Amino acid sequence: MKIVITGGRGLLGSTIVRQLLSRGHDCVVVQRTPSAIPGTHEILQDLTDPDCTYSWLAGADAVIHLAAKVGIVGTQEQFRSANVVATSRLLAAVREQGIPRFVFASSPSVAHVGSSLMGVGATIAEPDQVRGWYSKTKAIAEREVLAADSSQLSTIALRPHLVWGPGDTQLIGRIVQRAQAGRLFLIGGGFSLIDTTYVTNAAEAFVLAAESPRAGSGAALMVTNGEPRMVRELLERICLAAGVSPPTRSVSFRAALAAGYSVERAWKSRESEPPLTSFLVEQLGTAHWFDISQTRRLLNWKPSVCLEQGFTELEHAFATRS
Amino acid sequence: MAHSPITIPFEDLPGVDPAWSRFIQVEDADGIRRSFHFLDSMAAGSETARLTIVCVHGNPTWSYLWRNLLALAPSDVRVIAVDQLGMGYSERLEQPRILAQRIDDLTRFVGALNIDTPIVSIAHDWGGPISLGWVECELRCDPSRIEGVILLNTAVHQPEAFKGPGIIRLARARALLSPVTEKTNIFVRGTTALSFKRIPKVVQKAFAAPYSMSSRRTSVQDFVADIPFESDHPSRSTLDAVARDLELLINTPVLLCWGPKDPVFSDLYLRDFIERLPHAQVHRYEGASHLVSEDAPNLFPDVLSWISDLGREQKINNGNLNDSQLVDLSTQMRVSARKFPGSAALVVQGKSSGSLTVTWSTLNVRTAEFSAGLAAAGVKSGDRIALLIPPGPELIALIYATWNIGACIVLADSGLGLRGMIRALKGAHPDHIIGIPKSLPIMRALQIPGIRLTTSKLSAIRGVAVPNKDTAHSGDLLGAVVFTSGSTGPAKGVRYTRSKIQETVNVLTRQYNLTENDVIVAAFAPWVVFGPALGIASVLPEMDSSVPSSLTYDHLVQAVNRARGTLLWASPAALTNVVKTSGQSDTTNVDVSSLRLVLSAGAPVPRSLLLQVAELFPTASIRTPYGMTEALPLTDISLDEIMSSESDHGVPVGMPVSGVEIGIAPLSNPTEFSNQPDVVGEIVIRAPHMRSGYDHLHFTTKSADLFPEWHRTGDVGHLDPKGSLWVEGRISHLVRTSTGVVTPVPVEQRVESIDGVSQAACVGVGPDGAQVVVVVVVCEKKWSELELHDAVRTVAGVPVAAVLVTKSLPMDIRHNAKLHREKISQWASKKLSGAQ
Repeated sequence: MKIVITGGRGLLGSTIVRQLLSRGHDCVVVQRTPSAIPGTHEILQDLTDPDCTYSWLAGADAVIHLAAKVGIVGTQEQFRSANVVATSRLLAAVREQGIPRFVFASSPSVAHVGSSLMGVGATIAEPDQVRGWYSKTKAIAEREVLAADSSQLSTIALRPHLVWGPGDTQLIGRIVQRAQAGRLFLIGGGFSLIDTTYVTNAAEAFVLAAESPRAGSGAALMVTNGEPRMVRELLERICLAAGVSPPTRSVSFRAALAAGYSVERAWKSRESEPPLTSFLVEQLGTAHWFDISQTRRLLNWKPSVCLEQGFTELEHAFATRS
Repeated sequence: MAHSPITIPFEDLPGVDPAWSRFIQVEDADGIRRSFHFLDSMAAGSETARLTIVCVHGNPTWSYLWRNLLALAPSDVRVIAVDQLGMGYSERLEQPRILAQRIDDLTRFVGALNIDTPIVSIAHDWGGPISLGWVECELRCDPSRIEGVILLNTAVHQPEAFKGPGIIRLARARALLSPVTEKTNIFVRGTTALSFKRIPKVVQKAFAAPYSMSSRRTSVQDFVADIPFESDHPSRSTLDAVARDLELLINTPVLLCWGPKDPVFSDLYLRDFIERLPHAQVHRYEGASHLVSEDAPNLFPDVLSWISDLGREQKINNGNLNDSQLVDLSTQMRVSARKFPGSAALVVQGKSSGSLTVTWSTLNVRTAEFSAGLAAAGVKSGDRIALLIPPGPELIALIYATWNIGACIVLADSGLGLRGMIRALKGAHPDHIIGIPKSLPIMRALQIPGIRLTTSKLSAIRGVAVPNKDTAHSGDLLGAVVFTSGSTGPAKGVRYTRSKIQETVNVLTRQYNLTENDVIVAAFAPWVVFGPALGIASVLPEMDSSVPSSLTYDHLVQAVNRARGTLLWASPAALTNVVKTSGQSDTTNVDVSSLRLVLSAGAPVPRSLLLQVAELFPTASIRTPYGMTEALPLTDISLDEIMSSESDHGVPVGMPVSGVEIGIAPLSNPTEFSNQPDVVGEIVIRAPHMRSGYDHLHFTTKSADLFPEWHRTGDVGHLDPKGSLWVEGRISHLVRTSTGVVTPVPVEQRVESIDGVSQAACVGVGPDGAQVVVVVVVCEKKWSELELHDAVRTVAGVPVAAVLVTKSLPMDIRHNAKLHREKISQWASKKLSGAQ
């Protein structure tokens, strides 16, 4: 199959591309900077560019749309342009060119309106109620993508939660960095149960979604390892794998949240991500785990790498790097 | 009279389909055409009904009360809910109407609808007598027209010596009547605000919607004024006639649904109905108040299931004894009194090695004296006597005296606590109560129509014993209502007929080869009760019978030694303390070789404990029966059998005792059951000595009797290929994950096999069907967090999301031996949800 991937440079994107290649698919990777994965056709293109053309879509069997603006730094307009407008235009082009399948990378945060989530499935995206421009714009985009589902175009949204793996600079990298600097704290003792997703499993869900033309048509699906763990256990295992000392100190949820807000305010003018955000505090300080049975059923997918294997892989990666 | 009703604000009436709303003009007794508003589930008229339910509200509600019944009714059942004149959206009245007129209005209203199906009536509050007046009128014309009668918190009679509900009397006080009911909406709003569970604001508003202005509340006031407290009240004779004519309902199925927290229609009124309609089926919705249908969401589904069963109800007879056979529970006591008059029937070990011995002759005479005294004090066959007395000669003599006159004992485990006992006894409607002085607060909290006596005044009911008086009574007569604490919810009263009690005695005799040479050491209350019926002497070791763990080794061996006890029955908590205190014992060289059998019952028993008990009593065989308040024993297993069975598949409880049948209802398809080996499911049982039902809990009995004649135990387990039963936990403790159901006990057993873990609880966290397993452990050593997780996951056999460490695990209040998994699950869930 010919499959177009936007935003294929990150941990998840590059893993998806490698899996697609190994399964014999033709991969067209569209992004702003080269990813340099051998065997792909790379198109350097900024999807937010109003003059963007979509000739590279021609003849594709499926599109996996990962490109997005993440994090909390940036203006509403920047987020809207990258996450809503770019998606909307890409979707229009997909429809115009008669491409039958559109796989949208979404996030559990598009439906996260309460503080703790325990064993819930993919509930509807709530752009008006979720917090932060990232979540709001992704929610708007997810709604548009799923509404576009028709007999000609099958759309699906996958919401992977906390993707990690060897080489991950986002989650693992930051945890290790902070642990090394002695600035890693547990929030409220670190007892909150959270789901994470080993990158191979997340990538496999995207690959299956791209390969099966109508599976889960019009649905949003949760993607996790289905093995929720206490934050304290996760952090300890990650630190152990990286050979750094695990966090021993804990701060209360309220104190952490207050700190998160004030850091955000203080950081407002800077370009980089703040070291602590209220969003991060909420993510790590409250339960976030999900029911993935619908995803298993509709995509005929299951997490193939369990957490234990994942941590072994991580340890191996750190060992070979040093 | 032309009348334009005000607009009905449907948008403010959640739960009401505007299509249900109808008006009909009906000519009243004075020839005036009156406009009735009513809700009709088949207002469209296209469907055909097999049955019609006619709903009558009380004061100050309106047809809105029945909205959920209309919504839930199946397509072939028509539900009609009338607004009485002056109420809801029916026409307002110029003059107050008395009960007789209201009955006539309702009769005319139903007549005008030309209902051509059989009818079921349902009524609430003062709608009760109005509805019953009309039903009696229908029954006089055509006894087949009324298929069933359902009553919710209502009354037809002021119980003697009771001046009526305080709140209503207050509202009736001349000075208050108008200000409370008409001038202000205190009464209208108060009705929904007083509810036990908080009724949503929008629903409260909907109940008050038709009574927005004082001119629309005139009938609310008139209704209250029409309550005939006084004997010369114009409605008194009508109410009395309605009550008297209830005998017309003798062949009509009746269902009484009650919210016992009602400050107006308390249990006294329910009791009055049960006396007048002894065939009625009763369900008390514990915790529900006056608006019982708002407080108990199950009420309307229950009502509909009752209606769909009408005509299909069959008498369930699950005993071997023919229920109409006469049963005399004192036969063996009299035999023993004749054969061994001077031998001990009961030995009570007291403080400082003292003891009290009661001979068979004395026990027999005392029982006969109490029988005569109770009868003289007015206790009749069928009456209920609550006995709040710890095990001892008084309790035993009173129990058999009660049985001898055909009355029923009500026993409530003191482990329920004061509030639990009061709640339980309120629900059981005892006619008489006898208790120790300490139970006075309980006695005061109950409204007892008959004898109310403390044991210090027992001589008041010692009559002159009548020799050879026949004490046999019909086996289907209720013999006992027993309350024991469950781990969740309020205690349920378990009913035993006399035949079931006799069957229990028979099963115990057969199973343990009991003979007159046996002497029971009763550290577990039921045995004390059964001793005389078994014709076997009992000895009570010194202990606080309400605290099983108060039994010490010294006191136990003294009891065994003094009475040459052959059989010990004790709870695991008692045995644990016996083992614990055996080390510090100063009792030496006490001969306990008379003991041939030790039975441990009431909760699962750790193997190590049984081994230690075996060491203390080398001559005895150690056995643990499995059973419950609803039937005991069901199965039985020896220590040797336990030790030779695997320890990670659940608790082995052994082979069924003779007469007991065991089935397993698979969790995947709980509508049928089998005795196939290795199928995990709910354990269902059939036994001649099984309970006859739950007291005043018609629908609880029905759900336990999902399979006719069989009892659902609520326990989950499996049968092995030999037919031996294994218990894996309570059905309410199952962990329902997205990939299947996990039974807690095997997981706990595997985790407890880890060195350094002394106790484990396996609980679910998260929503049903997407739960994850959390193991909570008590540790004997300091673990590193990761090592503990790895150790638990290695043995658990199921995916474990988290392992939490705690100092001690909560146990159920009664036995102090069963894990309180509900509590543990809540605790774990809160902990793992992080900050709120």
